[in-house]
Amino acid sequence: MAFFQAKSTSTASKHSVDPAHQPWVEKYRPKTIDDVSAQEHTVAVLKKTLVSTNLPHMLFYGPPGTGKTSTILALARQLFGPDNFRNRVLELNASDERGISIVREKIKSFARQTPRAQAVASDGNVYPCPPYKIIILDEADSMTQDAQGALRRIMETYARITRFCLVCNYVTRIIEPLASRCSKFRFTPLDSTSTSSRLSYIASAENIDVDPEVISTLIETSGGDLRRSITYLQSASRLSSSTNPPVPITPHDIQEIAGVVPTASINDFVRTLGISVIEDMDVDGLPTKGKLKGFNAVQKKVKGIMREGYSASQTLSQLHDTIILHPTLPARQKAKCALAFAEADKALCDGADEELWVLEVGLRIHKAVTIS
Amino acid sequence: MSLWVDKFRPKTLDDLHYHQSLSARLKSLAASADFPHMLFYGPSGAGKKTRISCTLRQLFGSGVEKLKIDQRVFISPSKRKLEINIVQSNFHIEITPSEAGNYDRVVIQDLLKEIAQTQQVDLNAKHRFKVVVINEADSLSRDAQAALRRTMEKYMSNMRIILCANSTSRLIAPIKSRCLLMRVAAPNPEEMQMVLEHVAKKLKFDLPEEASQQIAEDCGGNMRKALLVFEALKMQSPDLSGSLKIAKPDWETYCHKVADLIVQEQSPARILEVRAKLYELMTHCIPPTIILKTVAERVVERVDEAMKADIMHWAAFYETRMRLGNKKIYHLEAWVVKVMSLYKHFMYNFDMADFE
Ligand SMILES: Nc1ncnc2c1ncn2[C@@H]1O[C@H](COP(=O)(O)OP(=O)(O)O)[C@@H](O)[C@H]1O
Ligand SMILES: [Mg+2]
Repeated sequence: MAFFQAKSTSTASKHSVDPAHQPWVEKYRPKTIDDVSAQEHTVAVLKKTLVSTNLPHMLFYGPPGTGKTSTILALARQLFGPDNFRNRVLELNASDERGISIVREKIKSFARQTPRAQAVASDGNVYPCPPYKIIILDEADSMTQDAQGALRRIMETYARITRFCLVCNYVTRIIEPLASRCSKFRFTPLDSTSTSSRLSYIASAENIDVDPEVISTLIETSGGDLRRSITYLQSASRLSSSTNPPVPITPHDIQEIAGVVPTASINDFVRTLGISVIEDMDVDGLPTKGKLKGFNAVQKKVKGIMREGYSASQTLSQLHDTIILHPTLPARQKAKCALAFAEADKALCDGADEELWVLEVGLRIHKAVTIS
Repeated sequence: MSLWVDKFRPKTLDDLHYHQSLSARLKSLAASADFPHMLFYGPSGAGKKTRISCTLRQLFGSGVEKLKIDQRVFISPSKRKLEINIVQSNFHIEITPSEAGNYDRVVIQDLLKEIAQTQQVDLNAKHRFKVVVINEADSLSRDAQAALRRTMEKYMSNMRIILCANSTSRLIAPIKSRCLLMRVAAPNPEEMQMVLEHVAKKLKFDLPEEASQQIAEDCGGNMRKALLVFEALKMQSPDLSGSLKIAKPDWETYCHKVADLIVQEQSPARILEVRAKLYELMTHCIPPTIILKTVAERVVERVDEAMKADIMHWAAFYETRMRLGNKKIYHLEAWVVKVMSLYKHFMYNFDMADFE
């Protein structure tokens, strides 16, 4: 007897992750669509479909970490309950082989098995269990145009017994004939209030003390991507709890984890470019002209930043904010800087050399603010 | 006889000389049960790879050092066979996606699926997961990165991924948001000197302060380069005294020659001469971006302040073109022509100004 028990527990533990070691993003993935923070409009509409159980084909789009995958999974779970979830919901994502022939085969064989409704689930609840299956194509924008074209025909063929939910970051990467067949739901970056309350909820559930200042740093560094802010929080908590004795999480920890360049370094760079920083003004009461040192000074600063390992895109985005939001820099000069930032962003996306472009932006700004 | 760089490569996190707080973090993470996916990034020669292997050792003990190399065959969607060497131990596996060329997605997908679905067989293993180290992660194609996203979430129970990259800029946001980012900055000169002195001590010889200073300064934060230079210097002049001449690598000297040619004369004949040299460098497998940067940096050292910014501007411009285009030499050459023309204009205006 004992033998069997031991065996059964060991197999059970094989397939499930100990919740204590689960990434928080999974642990705190919304279970029902009511758990989904923000996205009020989407949630309201979906709640209605939950009542009518009449689901259209859907297209979820929006930036990462805004709840797209979570929402469709929660919705499907609420429609079918735990028992039927597996045979009614097919989730395909970019990690799976998605040559169109494979997708077609998978969908074909999945759609073929006739759904059987079952009123009361093992957890005692009653689920609507409408007579169709849901096929989730997550990260659909990484499918080729051809595959999307073929998908359109598949959708038509199985329209009676399946509903598709396409999930993507960029709606423009979905071909028009496919997109036009779906009801579109836009997911927006999470506002700071929603982010803050979700993070505080997680922190208290995990029994960790989090300073309001830490929360606001998390909000600043994650730009409305809740997955990112939750990951940062978990990383910071791991680091702080694993030191002996445990230390509280500081805003600086979050910045380091997020790869943010320290404000002091950015301000230093800005000064080298010939722009005075707010702090300088506070000290002197009057805006003072930063020291100008020319090409070599700029080049040296850039090399220093690269040596510290900060990424060019991060550096430029912080530099951008400092300059564009600068209280006294004339608009004309800001405009010139903005052009340089835009060009650099494009170049970096094309895979251009990081050092060359940080230098280029630096030199362009330097020129814009010195020669007027 | 292995090189000093390899021979004295630290094996454990405690052996690492600089960034102590980073080592301490890694140590405590390795001890905790919820080791996350990680992304190590920083300039080359800063010690990312070393830090990763020390972390692995901390995670699994010396067993990770027993490496075997397997040749594996993957089948591309177009049914082409790809043979790829894979370095692995019982606890981890290492891949360099650039070896798979355009098919990195297939290789990543197959390997990760396989690892995700197999259990750790070694019952004495300290952790139930296996680690997949992906080198040069910034060269992963978009496709391959997309393939990683959900896999990283789904198979957390028996796999962890460690990515190693020079920069995070080329990684898509969904990947970054699934990793704990570990920035490995280049060591500063004092830290570099410390490592050099450590090696000298191990080999029981005296390293004069000036020599170590000079090496550290010369190698701009690249520890690997510093150790290679150090070993070469020691061969040349065993007592490392007096004024040391740190020999530049041949390609660098050659690049400087190219720069000098550009500054000395601007003519069609000179362009041809420069072009031949650029070809020569490329046939020796020096990456075109490195050629362009090295030449440009030397040129700006030798021209008037008023021209420097423009020269670097065009370097950035043509380097980007080079990435997008096919024929690297066209863009290198275009830059050379541009610089020569700038130079000529500048000198001409200068002369005219004299007459006014
Ligand atoms: N609107 C939201 N409400 C609650 N949690 C969210 C929300 N958006 C994201 N999350 C958290 O972030 C994680 C990732 O969200 P996910 O739905 O996978 O994002 P994506 O939009 O990229 O598909 C979830 O596990 C959850 O913890
Ligand atoms: Mg998603």
